[in-house]
Amino acid sequence: MNSVGEDCNDLKREYDACFNKWFTERYLKGDYYRDPCKKIFKKYQTCVKTAMKNKHLDLEEMDKDILGTEFEKKPLPKKKKETDKTES
Amino acid sequence: MKYYEGFAQFKYKWDQVVSSFFQRYPNPRSKHVLTEDMLSYHVKGNKLFTKKLYTKTNKLPKWGSSFVTGPKQVCVIEETILDPKAKKLTTYSRNVGYLSSIMVVEERCEYTLNTEEQKWTSLKREAWVTSSIMGFSHAIQAFGIERFKKNCQSTLKGFQYILEMKYGSDKMQDASTSESKLKETAKNAREKASKMAAKAGIVQY
Repeated sequence: MNSVGEDCNDLKREYDACFNKWFTERYLKGDYYRDPCKKIFKKYQTCVKTAMKNKHLDLEEMDKDILGTEFEKKPLPKKKKETDKTES
Repeated sequence: MKYYEGFAQFKYKWDQVVSSFFQRYPNPRSKHVLTEDMLSYHVKGNKLFTKKLYTKTNKLPKWGSSFVTGPKQVCVIEETILDPKAKKLTTYSRNVGYLSSIMVVEERCEYTLNTEEQKWTSLKREAWVTSSIMGFSHAIQAFGIERFKKNCQSTLKGFQYILEMKYGSDKMQDASTSESKLKETAKNAREKASKMAAKAGIVQY
C-alpha cells in the first residue's frame, strides 16, 4: 500500500515491515514492551503529518479517540419501538 | 440512523487472523483503498492501541455528489484495541472529512475466539449509518446501509484471500464467507430508498 504522502512511501514500507515483524514475532508471543520500530516510526510520522497538512486533512477530527470512549455508538435495543428517539 | 449487525467466522487461529488483519491490504478486493498509514500506536497494560488513516475512492451516486464538492476521496480513521490475554481485537472505523457532512458510517468489529471451536475465530460486525441532510437523511441512510451490507461480503473475501495466501488454503473448506445478518433496522432499505428518492426527484445510483 502507498502512503497518503507520496514522499513517505519508502519510510512507510520500512516501518510496516518493522511493525509486522515486531507484532507477530514479539508482541503476540508476550514480549509487549520492547519496541524496535520507534525511530523509524518517528521519521515516517514527520513525513505523514506534513503530507496531511499539505492536503488540508482535518487533523483535529482525526486525532479524536472514539473506541473505548463514551462516543462509541451503541447497539440498538433488541426490540425497537416506534418512539425510539435514535431512529430519525 | 440505520443499524446493522452481522457475524462471520474464519477457520483460522485468532493469532493468524489478527496478524493478517494488520496486513490485509492490498488484496484483490481492495482496489478502492488508495493509501494506508499508521498514525499512532502504543502498548498500555499489554494492550496494543493503534490508529490508522485510509484514503479510499469515493463512489458516490450522482445525487450524493450534488451535496458536496471537493476531492473525490474519503478519509477513514480506524482505531483498534488488541487485548492479547482475552484474545480480542476490537476495531472502530469512521469516515471523516467532507463526505461526513452528508453521511457518516461507523463500523465496530470484534475478532474473538470462536466459542465452540477455539482454533477458529469469530467476527461480530456492527455498523451505524447517520445522515443529517434535511429531507434526505432517510434516503441517504438507506442507501448507505445497503451499500455497507454489499461491501461486507467483498471485505470478507479480501480478508480470506490474505489468510489463504499466508497460511494455506487447506483450511479454507467451508470457511464462512457469508455474513449472516441477525438484526438490522434497515428493512427493505433499498426499496424505501428508491421510493423516497423518487419522491424527492433525485437520481438513483
